[in-house]
Amino acid sequence: MRMRGVLVRLRACAFGLLLLVGCASQPAIDSTEPPARAAFDAALIARGAQLAAIGNCKDCHTASAGKPYAGGRPLKTQFGTIYATNITPDAETGIGRWSEAAFRRAMHEGVDRQGRHLYPVFPYDHMTKVTDDDVKAIYAFVMTREPVRAETPPNRMLFPFNMRALVGGWKHFFFERGRFQPDSAQSTEWNRGAYLAEGLAHCGACHTPRNLLGAEKKSRAFAGGEAENWHAPALDAAAPAPVPWTAEQLYRYLRSGLDDVHDIAAGPMAGVTHNLASVSERDVRAIAVYIASLATEPTLARRKRSEDILAYAKRAQTSSAAAPRAAAADAPQSQSGAAIYAGACAMCHDNGRAISSAGALNLALSTAVTSPTPGNLIRIIVQGIEPREGERGRWMPAFAGALTAEQLADLTAYLRSEFGMAPAWRNVDAEVRKVMRGKE
Amino acid sequence: MVTLSVNGRMQQVDAAPDTPLLYVLRDHLQLNGAKYGCGLGQCGSCTVMVDGQAVLSCVTPVSVVQNRRIKTVEGLGTVADPGPMQRAFIEEQAAQCGFCIPGMMMRAQALLERNASPSQAEIRSHMNQNLCRCGTHMRILRAIERAAAAFKTGGGR
Repeated sequence: MRMRGVLVRLRACAFGLLLLVGCASQPAIDSTEPPARAAFDAALIARGAQLAAIGNCKDCHTASAGKPYAGGRPLKTQFGTIYATNITPDAETGIGRWSEAAFRRAMHEGVDRQGRHLYPVFPYDHMTKVTDDDVKAIYAFVMTREPVRAETPPNRMLFPFNMRALVGGWKHFFFERGRFQPDSAQSTEWNRGAYLAEGLAHCGACHTPRNLLGAEKKSRAFAGGEAENWHAPALDAAAPAPVPWTAEQLYRYLRSGLDDVHDIAAGPMAGVTHNLASVSERDVRAIAVYIASLATEPTLARRKRSEDILAYAKRAQTSSAAAPRAAAADAPQSQSGAAIYAGACAMCHDNGRAISSAGALNLALSTAVTSPTPGNLIRIIVQGIEPREGERGRWMPAFAGALTAEQLADLTAYLRSEFGMAPAWRNVDAEVRKVMRGKE
Repeated sequence: MVTLSVNGRMQQVDAAPDTPLLYVLRDHLQLNGAKYGCGLGQCGSCTVMVDGQAVLSCVTPVSVVQNRRIKTVEGLGTVADPGPMQRAFIEEQAAQCGFCIPGMMMRAQALLERNASPSQAEIRSHMNQNLCRCGTHMRILRAIERAAAAFKTGGGR
């Protein structure tokens, strides 16, 4: 708690500084009459739809059970709760009166039509890289959605973060405006992928760790971060996947939410892959090529380990007697975890079937089991994996209710030692309590 | 031996610890209400309640529910004296083939015991994972709303 108090004060001092250097606001851009649908070319709208899917705009700008893009979804940050805004072309509560110039300024500079700084939970530190042409297409797409009258609830920011002028100072230190610059040493495909991943797709917003003031640590790009209580795994050389990803596997995963030697997309990533399913193969392939290039060539030791794991998973698939291996330690906790695994998990994860509607991933291949923190694994066990209501997608049943906190902790520790073959996590009990209490 | 509390009665069962709760209920205790559908926790026909929460009994090993409160559809009432949830399902004629119905009732019961005034959206979202292949969902939803009204006036069971 004391540490926390110090952090809060440190932040407060830093924000005082931000207030000094920041400018309060920028001039408003005149409002316009909401443009008619006919004002936009159909091909431009279609291109905007693909770009909006890459940008994952809908996931934040739609409340649960709300109308698409009508906002209202609460985004919890350590500085308070921010409500995603209504970006439908409703004249009163949406962005119907925003000209293309106003929209472009929001994307490139993080300033709304009225001239107020936007909180960086809207990833304009990435959107600033998007070309004017692409912004134009996205504008055409959002301005031709169904206008929805939906007032965005007021943000609930903690003092002093409720002062928007602070954001001006934050930008001074952490926001680098400017379009994407290609790397001429790389292929066209790689550059396309880099443009999309660094810009519109804002992968780093989750997969890059953030500093005390919520800005991405540029020096540790893609070293693993956080998204809505989920751990976003590292994509660089520290990537925890038991089998290093290839570009081809990443492509399949990004488009389908599943790769048979890695994972099913869960948490916020499930929505990302759902959206990418509608995007052109070429663009998703380019993103995959770029992301795969972030991890350096695997070491010989890592390749060897990965081959062993693949061979083990394949054996488990062909052997019908796929009983789980005996726990290494005979500790009671481990025995309890092994018994739960045998009764609750093995019938899908260890039943000798390849990954399908009746067979699940062998857990020796699971990134959740090898991640630096146990949170994702616990969340998946408790909440299962469920497509959003009314949508199709991957499925795992939720075990909330079936397992007590103690049983969950035993199972988690067992999976870590048995399949992760990694040092025990130290914060399992606390994470279990957090997930069970949160019902996030 | 495993000790279970089912519908308020303590029972001793001779079953291996990794036996699915569903098998124990059906094969050892002759409680045949919970149904074997997919056996993989995907359809919900095996749903029962454990400590007030809906649980898929086909993927729940019996060892994890020892000494916890298990409730099955048989615990909601009898043929002669159906409980409010069962009565609501009869009155709305919510069953076609009926195979999914015990699971539907138990998942709905878990919701209403926690919240007797759910919105329709809450009911739909809560029932999302139980499948009915006959397509009587609209009647099932009406039955749950009817049961909620009964819970509010007379309590559940």
